[in-house]
Amino acid sequence: MLLVFFAFPALVHATRIGGVTDLDWSEQTFRFLSLRDAAVRNAVLGSVFMGVSCGLFGGYVVARRLALFGDTLSHAVLPGVALGFLWSRTKDPLAIFVGATVAGLLGTVVVAWIRKTTRVKEDSALGLVLSGFYAVGICILTVIQEMEFGNQSGIDKFLFGQAAALSSEDVGLMGLVAIGALLMVTLFNKELLVTSFDEGFARSVGVPVEFMRYVLLVGLTFAVVTSLQAVGVVLVSALLITPAATAYLLTDRMGTLLLLSTLFGVAGGLFGSYGSFLGNNLPTGPFMVLACTSFFVVAFFCGPKHGLISKWLRRRNRVRQVSFENTMKAAYQVLEAGDFSKESVTVGALAARRRQSVAEARREADDLVKAGFASLLCSDHTGPRYSQDARLSLTPAGWERACQIVRNHRLWELYLTNEARYAADHVHEDAEKIEHVLGEKVVRHLERILKDPRRDPHGSAIPSLEDIERGAGLSTNPASATGYFRQN
Amino acid sequence: MVHIAPPLEIHDLTVSYDRKPVLYGVDAVVEAGSLVGVVGPNGAGKSTLIKTIMGIVQPNGGWVKIFGQPYKKAVTRVGYVPQRESVDWDFPVSVMDVVLMGRYGHAGFMRRVSKRDREIAVECLEKVNMLPFSDRQIGNLSGGQQQRVFLARALAQESDLYLMDEPFAGVDAATETAIVELLRDLKDRGKTLIVVHHDLSSAREYFDKLMLLNMRLVAFGAMEETFTPDLLQKTYGGRLTILSDVAGQAAGRSEFEQEGNPKL
Repeated sequence: MLLVFFAFPALVHATRIGGVTDLDWSEQTFRFLSLRDAAVRNAVLGSVFMGVSCGLFGGYVVARRLALFGDTLSHAVLPGVALGFLWSRTKDPLAIFVGATVAGLLGTVVVAWIRKTTRVKEDSALGLVLSGFYAVGICILTVIQEMEFGNQSGIDKFLFGQAAALSSEDVGLMGLVAIGALLMVTLFNKELLVTSFDEGFARSVGVPVEFMRYVLLVGLTFAVVTSLQAVGVVLVSALLITPAATAYLLTDRMGTLLLLSTLFGVAGGLFGSYGSFLGNNLPTGPFMVLACTSFFVVAFFCGPKHGLISKWLRRRNRVRQVSFENTMKAAYQVLEAGDFSKESVTVGALAARRRQSVAEARREADDLVKAGFASLLCSDHTGPRYSQDARLSLTPAGWERACQIVRNHRLWELYLTNEARYAADHVHEDAEKIEHVLGEKVVRHLERILKDPRRDPHGSAIPSLEDIERGAGLSTNPASATGYFRQN
Repeated sequence: MVHIAPPLEIHDLTVSYDRKPVLYGVDAVVEAGSLVGVVGPNGAGKSTLIKTIMGIVQPNGGWVKIFGQPYKKAVTRVGYVPQRESVDWDFPVSVMDVVLMGRYGHAGFMRRVSKRDREIAVECLEKVNMLPFSDRQIGNLSGGQQQRVFLARALAQESDLYLMDEPFAGVDAATETAIVELLRDLKDRGKTLIVVHHDLSSAREYFDKLMLLNMRLVAFGAMEETFTPDLLQKTYGGRLTILSDVAGQAAGRSEFEQEGNPKL
């Protein structure tokens, strides 16, 4: 339907946006968004189609580690573009399409041939073909520009891309490729998945691996060739790689990767053509790649799973957690030293236990209060003299966590001495770290192995479930209880 | 049918990579219900044998028949466990996705996997105790767990003949025991299993039959007949290396002659 719409460019007034130079920024934005100009519409629609086809094929390129191959393919098409142009003597989309496709496929054949017949490895073969074909293409282009029809041809647009120079035919061709890419992904979804992941296995279950590779190769070539005018030979490979690599940072599933990659491709294309439009038809390619690359940078830092910032936040959280747990453990130990006769500990005692200054201990106590693990009874004055005597008592949640940590610590010490044959004075340091990461499953396993122990290697009682339920300071002998978890 | 074709028949199989022979004139007939261990030194062509049977590598001579048919016609009757290192474990697929691949041969070209296929995949994951991990990306698994995913995928193929390439490589003791039990169970259900194995000492207890391979098929038969000092010496000892050395030199010389290089 859209194609029909675009077959009537006469409906609009201005065909070239580049002609108008004195418009301001907001007006240009309005013109772009309103899609009043045919050139703008072509550019927008072309960007969308390009985003779809490059995003989808790019997903496979990145997942199959074919990035270098995509780069080579995109440069190898240049002589084909030039020859197609030379042959038709105009910017005939079909002639250029055929020429570029043939050149691209020829490039891949040459790579395979070099690899097979010589000892030159694949990466070098790819580099050879990339530069060789590209050089030939540039030479022919130079020749063309010196011919009489060469100047106004717009062939130079193929180097860095100019979305505004897309004709309706170009856009139609791009649409066909985008539809083809969508069809390919729908029809061959599972075949492409298994060949990409494990080619040997794919062959063993009867998937026509060669055919799939051929489909992917031809589709990839089409996607590159039709995108050339919008993004340019130099940077088209970025449109294959960057959106898909961004998606790869964000997901662990092929389906989602393809979807995200398409979205990033489309968005990058649109931002790129908009940026180029604002700057009065600067080359589109760099803008598109810039937009895609900024998506990548954002995902690199802020991705929920693999992003640097998220990782940093997670690490900070963990450090905070460990500090909480250490303070609560210290509180437990102070209570234990007093035979659990009191319900609260002074901040001064905590500081002494942890070998900290009173101010540090006070700050940690305040953090515990904020997190709901403890309450603090103190005078209204601040300063070390008053903090010293402030009394910290654990809430039920805090008490439970403190018991768990101490229990983890002592179980682990016991495990190391009994099962791993560590000396009793070698186990404390290790347990200091392990106590924070032992999950419930491991703790139960340890209990089973150690037969629900009561005392650690140093003779201290291991807190049990009863101790947790009892709460702080209500009994004098925690070792009276049995296991941490109720027996069946 | 009077004559029932054996699960696997190999005749005069010769395979070479870049003109260097890897397998040389291998003959073997594997009976139904056999649990065969394939052993031999590094570079003996064990993996190549499996890959050639699967049609992944094309032989230079000889043929392979699966249940009396060429491989292409028996696709759904063969299950395959490739070497663990042969794939990229960072690939964006989940454990479930990988096991479902075992159903692709049954689903057919361009068809989607059915609900039944998913049920089978779940059952197979359960058999190898990997069901709790079904949504996990495959890179976030231990080596033993990854191997069990590959086994579940092979189980999902519901085949009669299984070819496994080093399923015990780099797995923990618990997984090793689980795999052995699985192999025994499959064998008891009448399946035929051919397993490449790197450890001679455990091969004796894991398998019923042994295939001793070192470019040539040294011996193939019941454990008590093949696990003899003489045959093992022949397989691992120095004598056969002369064969591969000479073959390699011959291949090298023809290469040099072709390229007109007088140096050797």
